[in-house]
Amino acid sequence: MFKHKPIARHIALMFLLPALVHANDNVEMESLRAELQQIKQNYEARIQALEARLQQTESIANTADKKAEAASAQASKAPISNNALNPDISLILSGTYAHRSQNSDYHITNFQSGGEIGPDTRGFNLGESELGIAASVDDKFYGRLSLALANDNSVSVEEAFVQTTALPAALTLKAGRFFSGIGYLNSHHAHTWDFVDNPLAYQAFLGTQFGDDGVQLTWLAPTDLFLELGAEYGRGRIAETEGRDQNKGGAGAIFAHLGGDVGASNSWRTGLSYLSVSPENRESQDVDAAGNTVTNSFTGNSQIWLADFVWKWAPNGNGNNTSLKLQGEYLHRSESGSLTYNASNSDHYNASQDGWYLQCVYKFLPYWRTGLRYDQLDSGNVNYGSNAANLATNDYNPRRISWMLDYSPSEFSRIRLQLARDESRQEAPDNQLFIQYQMSLGAHGAHQY
Amino acid sequence: MKNIIKLLGLLFCLSNISVAQATLNVFACEPEWGALVQELGGDKVSVFVATNALQDVHHIEAKPSLVAKLRKADLLVCTGSELEIGWLPVLIRQAGNPNIQSGKVGNFEATHYVRMLDIPTRLDRADGDVHAGGNPHIQTDPRNIAKVSDALAQRLVEIDSANAAFYQDRHEDFMQRWQSAIKRWETQAAPLKGINIVVQHKGFPYLENWLGLNEVAALEPKPGVDPTSTHLAEVLNQLKKQPAKMVIRAAYNSEKPSQWLAENAKIQAVELPYSVGGTPQAKDLFSLFDDTIRRLLEANK
Repeated sequence: MFKHKPIARHIALMFLLPALVHANDNVEMESLRAELQQIKQNYEARIQALEARLQQTESIANTADKKAEAASAQASKAPISNNALNPDISLILSGTYAHRSQNSDYHITNFQSGGEIGPDTRGFNLGESELGIAASVDDKFYGRLSLALANDNSVSVEEAFVQTTALPAALTLKAGRFFSGIGYLNSHHAHTWDFVDNPLAYQAFLGTQFGDDGVQLTWLAPTDLFLELGAEYGRGRIAETEGRDQNKGGAGAIFAHLGGDVGASNSWRTGLSYLSVSPENRESQDVDAAGNTVTNSFTGNSQIWLADFVWKWAPNGNGNNTSLKLQGEYLHRSESGSLTYNASNSDHYNASQDGWYLQCVYKFLPYWRTGLRYDQLDSGNVNYGSNAANLATNDYNPRRISWMLDYSPSEFSRIRLQLARDESRQEAPDNQLFIQYQMSLGAHGAHQY
Repeated sequence: MKNIIKLLGLLFCLSNISVAQATLNVFACEPEWGALVQELGGDKVSVFVATNALQDVHHIEAKPSLVAKLRKADLLVCTGSELEIGWLPVLIRQAGNPNIQSGKVGNFEATHYVRMLDIPTRLDRADGDVHAGGNPHIQTDPRNIAKVSDALAQRLVEIDSANAAFYQDRHEDFMQRWQSAIKRWETQAAPLKGINIVVQHKGFPYLENWLGLNEVAALEPKPGVDPTSTHLAEVLNQLKKQPAKMVIRAAYNSEKPSQWLAENAKIQAVELPYSVGGTPQAKDLFSLFDDTIRRLLEANK
């Protein structure tokens, strides 16, 4: 466009050249010059006008560009949530195939454990599928519901709680039904476990996992080292019991967790927890002195101590190719109360028992992990009172060793193979093979440490 | 039970002890935002950077140390657009810090202030790691850094109004140096315009948009899915018809796939710092782009 000025001049000259050739006197030359000047001025004026218009157009285009950009930045300012204002919905689908050398009359020799424990039944099992709904309630509360869909077509409320988000001094209050903060693994949902099943010590003392109806208060210390203190007070729904129908609670717990980093590659957490719970009619499967399968029922008080640690390593904190996780927990349970043997004889019972596990999971390739876990229970001291005649006790210490290999093509899917030798039952050591899938769809979950 | 009540009492006593704060505590999710806050805040801010440039920020452990740091933060500066979705929400819920909850003034997401690219037209996890809000790797275009700086300076003023003039001055000073640096980089990078490149992860749309690079293939078959040998062979085949000058990857990516392609297609493999600290040369925001341009130019020779 800017080149138009000289071009216009050239065009003007070309038209005028023949006239110049024929000019033979000054007057003619003068008039021609004047004419030429006139034409030149005309063109220049028109070109200037054109240039002004061009500039104007350019500046308009520029502003329009800026406006468009601002508008699009504005557009991307819209809050991005998985479902606009609807809560985040996530679904875990899980299933197992189990091949075992023993039947499913599961119990743990020398332990009055309680709850639905033990490995999956033989054959194909729909594992525990889980439906989760979570969202901020308002600027002060957050709420979450997890429904467990079990393979017997039952739906149970795994967690349903509200939690504060705006309390001062790093206090968080939670109310409703939730997994207790005791230990390390207790608050982890089944789909985040590194093995198909929970450690034996959790099965023996906590009925797999302790979730209660109650309140929880946690406080985080204002230190660089992670220090979290928590206290819980609840109904006491341990190991499939109903909890106490009374004006005060049936369970109280306190816990402390400490954690930090060692360089960029290592992180750790350790904790100490105490749970006091008063179960009523806690039913457990057992085998009596005559070798019959029986159901015992316990009512009394249990005190459980848990010590836990977990250590994670990944080169430079980048676990995409390789990582290592070492984890262990020690549980001690003392309890006293009355034990009813197979719905007949009831008498005083007390026990002081221990259990622990140690496990290591190694990611050896992207997507591939392998893990080894060793479980050990110590039958300790058991006093069955007059039931000693019915329930044989000895010094047998149940144990189990498990190996797993899993493949996770993405962070949303996992397929696992697990082999285990389960010596929970003195009379029936069980060789187990599990194939499990765990898939997550819907809202992108964030995994706790 | 008595013990529990005693403990509750103790908790409340402890929580009343206020911790004196001389500086503004900033928790930055990624090193580039940590560096930017440092540029704007100088000695008025104390910056903690949650991740380093050799980590994949899509996948970070929600470590206890991060919870402890977030508890004390007055301001959280993250990328957003679901980049940190796998770990940040759980940290925020555990930290018990009302200041940095989503929607609060102490929660700053950089992607809200730039024009997002690669916004998916359909949301399906079968397409890999898709981000509904658009590609979150905005830090590879310095013009985005400038826009985020505008918004971040405003946010600092809002949170710490006592030092408003301080932040505004530093922001002005930074922007002057930054704009002239952008001109310099653009002049230096002029020869790169229009060249064909291959990327390992689809993490460079903003860099491509800025410098006029032409992405012809990605080594990851789907975003977030590691390169497979079949897909690498396909890319190699594609390059025979549509040759590329180089294959680029971020410092945190595994080098194997791009090395393989570089050897087989006889092109250059370029490791880019991607964020501050990704290479020894990328020490701050300025040297991050100095080094990025230098590495690209070297491979283009």
